[in-house]
Amino acid sequence: MNQKLVISPSPHVHGGDSVPKNMYGVIIALLPALVASLWFFGIGALIITLTSIAACVFFEWLIQKYLLKTTPSVSDGSAAVTGLLLAFNLPTNIPLGLIIIGAAVAIGIGKLSFGGLGNNPFNPALVGRVFLLISFPVQMTSWPVPITSRLHYIDAETAATPLSVIKEGVSAGQTIPELMSEIPSYINMFIGNIGGSAGEMAGIALILGGIYLLWKKIITWHIPVSVIGSVIIFTGILHLIDPSTYADPLFHVLAGGVLLGAFFMATDYVTSPMSRQGMLLYGVGIGVITVLIRVFGSYPEGVSFAILIMNAFTPLIDRYMKPKRFGEKVKTVRAQTSK
Amino acid sequence: MLKTFKKGGVHPDERKISAGKSIEILPLPKRVAVPTTQHIGAPAKPLVKKGDIVKTGQLIAASGGFVSANIHSPVSGKVFKTDEVVDASGYRKPAIIIDTEGDEWDESIDRSDKLVKEIALSGEEIIKKTGEMGIVGMGGATFPTHVKLSPPPGKKCEILLINGVECEPYLTSDHRIMLEKSEELMVGIRILMKALKVNRAVIGIENNKPDAIGKLTNLAAKEDGIEVQPLKVKYPQGGEKQLIDAITGRQVPSGKLPIEVGAVVHNVGTTFAVYEAIQKNKPLIERVVTVTGPGITQPSNFLVRIGTPVGQLIEAAGGLPDNMGKVIGGGPMMGKALVNLDVPVTKGSSGILVLPHEEAHRAPVENCIRCSKCISACPMGLEPYLLMIEAEKELWDRAENDNIMDCIECGSCSFTCPAHRPLLDYIRLGKGKVGQIIRNRN
Ligand code: SF4
Ligand code: SF4
Repeated sequence: MNQKLVISPSPHVHGGDSVPKNMYGVIIALLPALVASLWFFGIGALIITLTSIAACVFFEWLIQKYLLKTTPSVSDGSAAVTGLLLAFNLPTNIPLGLIIIGAAVAIGIGKLSFGGLGNNPFNPALVGRVFLLISFPVQMTSWPVPITSRLHYIDAETAATPLSVIKEGVSAGQTIPELMSEIPSYINMFIGNIGGSAGEMAGIALILGGIYLLWKKIITWHIPVSVIGSVIIFTGILHLIDPSTYADPLFHVLAGGVLLGAFFMATDYVTSPMSRQGMLLYGVGIGVITVLIRVFGSYPEGVSFAILIMNAFTPLIDRYMKPKRFGEKVKTVRAQTSK
Repeated sequence: MLKTFKKGGVHPDERKISAGKSIEILPLPKRVAVPTTQHIGAPAKPLVKKGDIVKTGQLIAASGGFVSANIHSPVSGKVFKTDEVVDASGYRKPAIIIDTEGDEWDESIDRSDKLVKEIALSGEEIIKKTGEMGIVGMGGATFPTHVKLSPPPGKKCEILLINGVECEPYLTSDHRIMLEKSEELMVGIRILMKALKVNRAVIGIENNKPDAIGKLTNLAAKEDGIEVQPLKVKYPQGGEKQLIDAITGRQVPSGKLPIEVGAVVHNVGTTFAVYEAIQKNKPLIERVVTVTGPGITQPSNFLVRIGTPVGQLIEAAGGLPDNMGKVIGGGPMMGKALVNLDVPVTKGSSGILVLPHEEAHRAPVENCIRCSKCISACPMGLEPYLLMIEAEKELWDRAENDNIMDCIECGSCSFTCPAHRPLLDYIRLGKGKVGQIIRNRN
């Protein structure tokens, strides 16, 4: 009876969830999109994905071990997620050197300079991506043609993305119905058979992954639904007003990074709001800013910028949009007093 | 769709391994240590001294105020001394220590098994007697029952809720009472209804106890105004506010008592004790305690005299396993880790849970990844991650504004957190501080 008893406060049990479980869950959810990317872009997709993951994990380990002198936390999977997402946001013919620079910026500046996982205000993969986009605009906006470029990497044949076809066509005076014949069919856009960043094209694969995240309760529906919903509503209104200048909502959802952004980038735990209402506001903000940039701005695509802008608002949203407290709205209906 | 409470909640493994075990009477302990604070409120004042001879059921400490409770001797014998003993809270508390000699009961107590249905006392008499018999909430909160039966002026009770949820994993004492003392329970409910002057009572039972639901539903069909409400299994449904929400759909406002929405909640164990007190003249001197855990060879439900050392219960259930790590008074979500095996069973002890070594330690704490899962889990709609930060940084006014005092300490947040953050530890600390600040202000 003299064994030593362990003393600690309640609760004495834990549900078994862990940081790696969530991170590896995200990686699993990204696998269908990775398969689609490998199928359509072949060797280029393989090279940039592996390089980006390896570089992100390596930089995290290096900086934590030698610069910050802390225990490296690469095993939690978050650096690998950043690497995978960064790759998914790059064209598949981008030179290795740029990927490594992007990874260094994403991990070094985007994540660790703020104190590592949990403290970074901006989505690290997007910090890396936007840094590359601004510094190397040419390499970052040349898009390999799917299928035909399977066996090519840097030398892949390139073409404009549907979003830039529309953007440039409209500003050159063409109408949407005329331009529609120049872009791939919606079916091809849905399965990913179009030019664009490595992992953002295959709508069906991204939706599958998103469903997995919801099913595993890694994310809730609030952010993806509000992002996609607001893109649909906003572009729908514009399209109704003037169908010859504004493409329809389905086009806007399938082209570019809306689905990848809505399910995988905007939902990044660290940089998105905490309360349900906050998530909805944040999602609507992303949807609206995306459309504003695409339709009225100078870039053909705006998801990355929109998410980063809303990331900046997250602390404010958290401060003012609290979850609804228990008992906040008291039911005044009195229960019957007899059977 | 089965009813349940609306906000938050978690699903810990149920592990009700002792559910099929009938209540067994534990042999009398050689010595009992009876703390004078086994309830919320003022300590009771001892009425006996060293050397006094007491009978089982004799009053040995008198209630120290309105919110307090009488304490009766759980055994017959000789008072050895009054001293301080460590109780489940880990603190030393004054206690009356009695050496057992035989088992001679106070003559006024009816010890027969005969069911007494007729309720002779009036409502006021019931409340008074509940106080005299030292009845307190036996689900763990230990709030004196007579206080809960006396609604503050201007407030009227409309519905009595009987808590048969037992949402803590492992614990089965209430489950066994519902099965084995069903008829007495019905009379107990009638008594409470009479005292509260209500004509409707609902027994809330989680769906994982179909036998109890079936049995009580049959009995309730014969009673006027008593119903059974099966509930979806979800922790912490046994929390008063959660149970009221689940059954009536009314939410008790922040800082208010259930009576605010016309409800009063009593636990099934308490209801049975009320039956015995009013119909049998029996004070609260024994209770049903579940002894359980992965390494316990004979998980059991014992009828135990108050003051029995927990070590004796564990011995009777097959003894401590070799890989023992932690002994908990109560369930795994809200129970208290005991400092030794001499801690006595008190009126609020619903179970003794022995966890093996490998389950007794917490995983290392990591950075908050802001996953918001603690918010989704919190039944009170709080932001545990934020309350922890505020408590760490001692931002007490912000913690108060963020409703830290609403926390019911259910532990769902810490249970859920993938980064294993000790959320409730900090929130508890914060509640202590903020509570003090509020008291000083008023
Ligand atoms: S903050 Fe309090 S009420 Fe909310 S989950 Fe944590 S312990 Fe339960
Ligand atoms: S559950 Fe843990 S990691 Fe997630 S937000 Fe809450 S404290 Fe942070």
